[in-house]
Amino acid sequence: MSNIGSYEEKLKDFKWEISEKELEYTKGNRINIGEYCSDRICRMGKGDKLALIWQSHTGEIKKYTFNRMRVLTNAIAEYLKSLGINSGDRVCLFMDKVPELYFGFLGILKMGGIAQPLFSAFGGESLYTRLADAETKAIITQKKHVGKVRKILADLPKLERIIVVDEEEEEKLREKELYFSMDNATPVEHFDIFPSTAETPSVLHYTSGTTGKPKGAQHVHYSLISQYITAKYVLDLKDDDIYWCTADPGWVTGTSYGIIGPWANGVTQCVLDSGFKADSWYKFIEDHKVTIWYSAPTAIRSLMKEGNEVVKQFNLSSLRHLCSVGEPLNAEAVIWSKEVFGLAFHDTFWQTETGSMMICNYPGMKIKPGSMGKPFPGITATVVDLKTYQPIERAGIVGLIAIKPGWPSMFRTYWKNEEVYKSKFRNDWYICGDRASIDEEGYFWFVGRDDDVINTAGHLVGPFEIESALLEHEAVAESAVVGKPDPVNMEVVKAFITLKPGFMGSKELELKIMNFIRKKLSPLAMPQEIEFVDSLPKTRSGKIMRRLLRAKEWGEEIGDTSTLENDD
Amino acid sequence: MSDLKDVILEYVQEEYLEDDDDIEVTYDTPLISGGIVDSFSMVSLKRFLETRYNIQIPDSKATPQAFDTVNNIIKLMKEFGIE
Repeated sequence: MSNIGSYEEKLKDFKWEISEKELEYTKGNRINIGEYCSDRICRMGKGDKLALIWQSHTGEIKKYTFNRMRVLTNAIAEYLKSLGINSGDRVCLFMDKVPELYFGFLGILKMGGIAQPLFSAFGGESLYTRLADAETKAIITQKKHVGKVRKILADLPKLERIIVVDEEEEEKLREKELYFSMDNATPVEHFDIFPSTAETPSVLHYTSGTTGKPKGAQHVHYSLISQYITAKYVLDLKDDDIYWCTADPGWVTGTSYGIIGPWANGVTQCVLDSGFKADSWYKFIEDHKVTIWYSAPTAIRSLMKEGNEVVKQFNLSSLRHLCSVGEPLNAEAVIWSKEVFGLAFHDTFWQTETGSMMICNYPGMKIKPGSMGKPFPGITATVVDLKTYQPIERAGIVGLIAIKPGWPSMFRTYWKNEEVYKSKFRNDWYICGDRASIDEEGYFWFVGRDDDVINTAGHLVGPFEIESALLEHEAVAESAVVGKPDPVNMEVVKAFITLKPGFMGSKELELKIMNFIRKKLSPLAMPQEIEFVDSLPKTRSGKIMRRLLRAKEWGEEIGDTSTLENDD
Repeated sequence: MSDLKDVILEYVQEEYLEDDDDIEVTYDTPLISGGIVDSFSMVSLKRFLETRYNIQIPDSKATPQAFDTVNNIIKLMKEFGIE
């Protein structure tokens, strides 16, 4: 029997108070995610249970019980306080998927700081933009990434501390840098956890939009109520499960369901700090007897590409439930997983801003391959008209996905950007920015983004950020960036570029520009294709018409071109 | 002309390691599974090989396994007559 039981029955009587009650939380009282994920689990008698099984790409394994995690997260919290980090200060986590990342996250929350996880593959400019915007006070990183911080440090006057978790040769440390070894730290048995309440800020996750710089979606400790119960009902986490979430905590899935959801449920989770390789992934599942696997369509399609023979080399019989997130899971991937694992991947839809799952496929509920599923109990979701923002009553009509505000993990603002935050709400609905339709049985079907944001491998990339960076290349005069269809990543970045006088388009120049963006922003933002053009389509007022270029890539109708400047 | 192995190794060191990175990359260092070159960056490494050696590597051959070490890449390049 699954935790959710019957989805239809659960819809009738679900209240968020169910989650509050299970977590023994009463309104107005203290609630601290760090405490709930470690101390509370120990108080429940699970101190000796494994919380984390971590494996590096070299095969090194580290194991931590909930009690060990409790005292180490206490040690991190105490260390941060000793450095003068105060409640409300932003502390960035800029690391690969090492234990210090996971425990650092909880340690920051325990001392009242705001955790700001950033993807460790970010280049200098992406890192700078986010640290400057958040006025981050401290950053916890590894020696392999500290070089990126050093290059931008002079422009970050608010950044006071750079904590390097693996630089044992202290003479190599530079200005503002400190060495903190978590595994060698003195465990702290008692720490006065910050008395956070429901609306105390907890996490700041940056997300990209069509225009402007990335925005920091700010969450609060009360998000736990959503994250705990969705992890229990959708991922079906049970006490004896071994759970593997493949997401990086630099992104919201990696924190909501790679840290908070499973550990608030007292479940053992595995982490593989390694790049993608089909046989390594299957071996990891076999070795650790993973039962619940939460991954992404890009990874699933990459596994499909490697073929079915490699699957047969491993014993994957421990698996009992599979889920997916990031971008729509195509029907072929669902059918394939049923064929090779005997289990269908259950697609889940949500966003950085929603903080927890919104529209999902549930254990026991009929899966329509390719569908997003149905709203989580307690979530009121619909599609609204593209212009009036009124709910669409008829089945099969495409509109914007909209959620009725008020669920516990809803973001509370964009950091220092209340105006943009407010613009996300229309007619009392939170507008997700994605288009979908709803069929006669209430299943949602994803259609695509409603803006120019590119969803590549489940990560949103803003075209404006890439176009701005491209202009810093000596050869680039103008650029327009769009998403181009890709069989594995759903979309990849394509750039249309006009060159400055004296430069000629060539394969060599294309590669140079690709690498320029990869290092400056991130590998995700790197154009995988560059087309050198003589001019870009613009409106008569001079605005570049990305939608025309995008339509061309997707083989769609280009629509109204009456405002086009050079349409002759 | 430089040895193919060294050309690739040098390119990986120059393009995918940070200035302060003291990781030693050898012909057998796992590039993809070791997190030095991620699946997106692999596209730029593939493009480098195609541009420099004037070949076209089909996507079906550009797997994480084929790009996981310099030695694996050498094997792949042999298929295109590059040694």
